[in-house]
Amino acid sequence: MEVSGVGTDRYHFGMSQISLQKPDPRDFLDIDSLLDDEERLVRDTVRDFVRREIDPHIGGWWEEGVFPVELAKVMGDMGLLGMHLEGYDCAGTSATAYGLACLELEAGDSGVRSFTSVQGSLAMFPIWEFGSEEQKQEYLPRMASGELIGCFGLTEADSGSDPSSMKTNARRDGDDWILNGSKMWITNGNLADIAVVWTRTDEGVRGFIVPTDTKGFTANEIKHKASLRASVTSELVLDNVRLPADAVLPEVSSMRGPLSCLNEARFGIAWGVVGASRACYEAALDYSLERVQFDQPIASFQLTQQKLVEMMVSTQRANLVALHLGRRKDAGTLSPQQVSFGKMDNVRNALDVARLARSVLGANGITLEYPVFRHMANLETVYTYEGTNEIHTLIMGETITGIGAFD
Amino acid sequence: MQVTVCVKQIPDPASPYQLEPDTHWLVRPDEQILDETDRYGVEMGLQLAQENEGTVSLVSMGPAGSMQGIRQALAMGADEATIIDDTELKGSDALATARVLGAAISSKGFDLVIAGTESTDGYSGVAPQMLAEVLGVPCLTYVTEVSVDDGKVTVHRQTDAGYDVVEADLPAVIAVTAGVVEPRYPTFKGIMQAKKKPVETKTVGDLGVEVDVDQIVTSITDAPERSGGEKIEDEGEAHLRIIELLERKKVI
Ligand SMILES: Cc1cc2nc3c(=O)[nH]c(=O)nc-3n(C[C@H](O)[C@H](O)[C@H](O)COP(=O)(O)OP(=O)(O)OC[C@H]3O[C@@H](n4cnc5c(N)ncnc54)[C@H](O)[C@@H]3O)c2cc1C
Repeated sequence: MEVSGVGTDRYHFGMSQISLQKPDPRDFLDIDSLLDDEERLVRDTVRDFVRREIDPHIGGWWEEGVFPVELAKVMGDMGLLGMHLEGYDCAGTSATAYGLACLELEAGDSGVRSFTSVQGSLAMFPIWEFGSEEQKQEYLPRMASGELIGCFGLTEADSGSDPSSMKTNARRDGDDWILNGSKMWITNGNLADIAVVWTRTDEGVRGFIVPTDTKGFTANEIKHKASLRASVTSELVLDNVRLPADAVLPEVSSMRGPLSCLNEARFGIAWGVVGASRACYEAALDYSLERVQFDQPIASFQLTQQKLVEMMVSTQRANLVALHLGRRKDAGTLSPQQVSFGKMDNVRNALDVARLARSVLGANGITLEYPVFRHMANLETVYTYEGTNEIHTLIMGETITGIGAFD
Repeated sequence: MQVTVCVKQIPDPASPYQLEPDTHWLVRPDEQILDETDRYGVEMGLQLAQENEGTVSLVSMGPAGSMQGIRQALAMGADEATIIDDTELKGSDALATARVLGAAISSKGFDLVIAGTESTDGYSGVAPQMLAEVLGVPCLTYVTEVSVDDGKVTVHRQTDAGYDVVEADLPAVIAVTAGVVEPRYPTFKGIMQAKKKPVETKTVGDLGVEVDVDQIVTSITDAPERSGGEKIEDEGEAHLRIIELLERKKVI
């Protein structure tokens, strides 16, 4: 082995070089170097936003069970809402940039990320993808600016993992449509100005844009949640809601409609949870270096180091998976089954990291003074929504065996 | 109206910094961010330019690196940037900085120059005044509010007791205090456009300016640990004691 020159930071080793630069504890594999300047600037902007507007208040919001809806305007000004959509005053960034934004938002809180996921991927996306030109003009610019808030109603009390069993229905009445039924667990339900509601009809599954002030529409907030508390979750009730013909999304009449929205949102989740995971790991790392027991920082115990390394490795690996999915999405080669890989694996890893971090923080780990317990509790929702861990397992199971095991 | 905002790229204060062992100069990583205090200057510049149909140019001295900090300001909405990046300038003091910035600014023309009161990594706090001197224009400092009308700039100048209203003819230099306007976040559209905005990199030679860079840092010591402060036990009179303390510090 030969040193290649004065002031060098590399060794020549046969044909290859070895860097003498020590890895950054917060980005061990230097994943940062895989991003371009623009992506880094998007990331830094959202990180800065989270540091200023989310981190100082989130513990309180979570405890009170509120989402400060004023944030929508700030997010809209930045271009966060529907950021990866083209046109209609949307920013039109890459999918990777959207993923990075989700990551930074969820490093703040899964509820905050959920707000933007629902607005961009579940409410704006179906209008952008399946809406008429008039619908796009009417809604998208105001949704991008945060003036109008949307929600996405697919799940029902008796129809969760099997959404095609939905009972909410729409029938034609002259030129109008009449909607009846109810939706459950709907993020942003009580905040929304418009709800994208999926229903069964004689013509297949159809989506409607329902202004929430329409007669017969009510939203009831679901209280007593122990997870995703800084996010509004609601039941939507549709009691003979009469809508004009132009309220239906014209371009789709099957489960492909809602499922393609979910695919967008799941992509964001595969990224987002890396942020929650990182926040938990960093909180545990900082804490372990400062907390002294038996006259030494707890970081000096082998058991703690093992936990820290597990957390670091898991977070970095999940980040690489997310980035790989992002590059594939931008290249147009990403399949829904690959999104399932990211959603299933990254979420369960983040949950494991949160639990490990919780243990490192001892008693402090159960408080809202530190972000860890909040993330841990939030991730229980993320584990379940947008296709449960089990459903994504079965999607991949079917893909590799050719045998569906859903029923 | 042509507004020029002086901005500085500094190492992210949230990450650990390093000093060169021999010279004690700060090691500047490739990736630096926009100095927090400059976000206020950029915001003020953008607002003034908007109200007065003007443009905002940025000028910055220091290693360009990845230009992350400059792009941040461009993504907020500034129109163009000039960076003076020259190894000869390493270790410049405030006067050298003012001469270089002055040369860059006057070669492009300006109506109003906005600078931060002091940088977060250097804290010398005299560059704006020196810059005004170099440019031969008035300098208005500790600015908390600014308006431009009819060839004049009018500002609120923060004082211990409140503020003075001060005005000067344009062109002029103003030094703004942090926290006076709410700086906007870069927008994602802005981020994508930032790459296409003109950024010129210049050397001292290009500017044809003479500077002596002869500042030496002879030694450095860690800042002393903060002492404990004063604990006031409340036996019903604590508020009076607090008021007295604040009055002594001239806060109220
Ligand atoms: C906070 C929150 C916000 C939400 N926001 C929205 C929203 O905005 N819009 C929306 O439409 N929905 C939303 N949801 C609903 C969410 O998508 C559903 O909860 C999810 O799809 C699971 O449905 P379920 O709760 O009915 O569980 P179930 O489907 O009843 O599942 C219960 C358990 O059975 C397992 N299971 C079910 N079927 C199978 C099978 N075939 N094989 C193996 N295991 C199986 C599941 O994996 C799970 O472990 C939200 C949920 C929460 C908690």
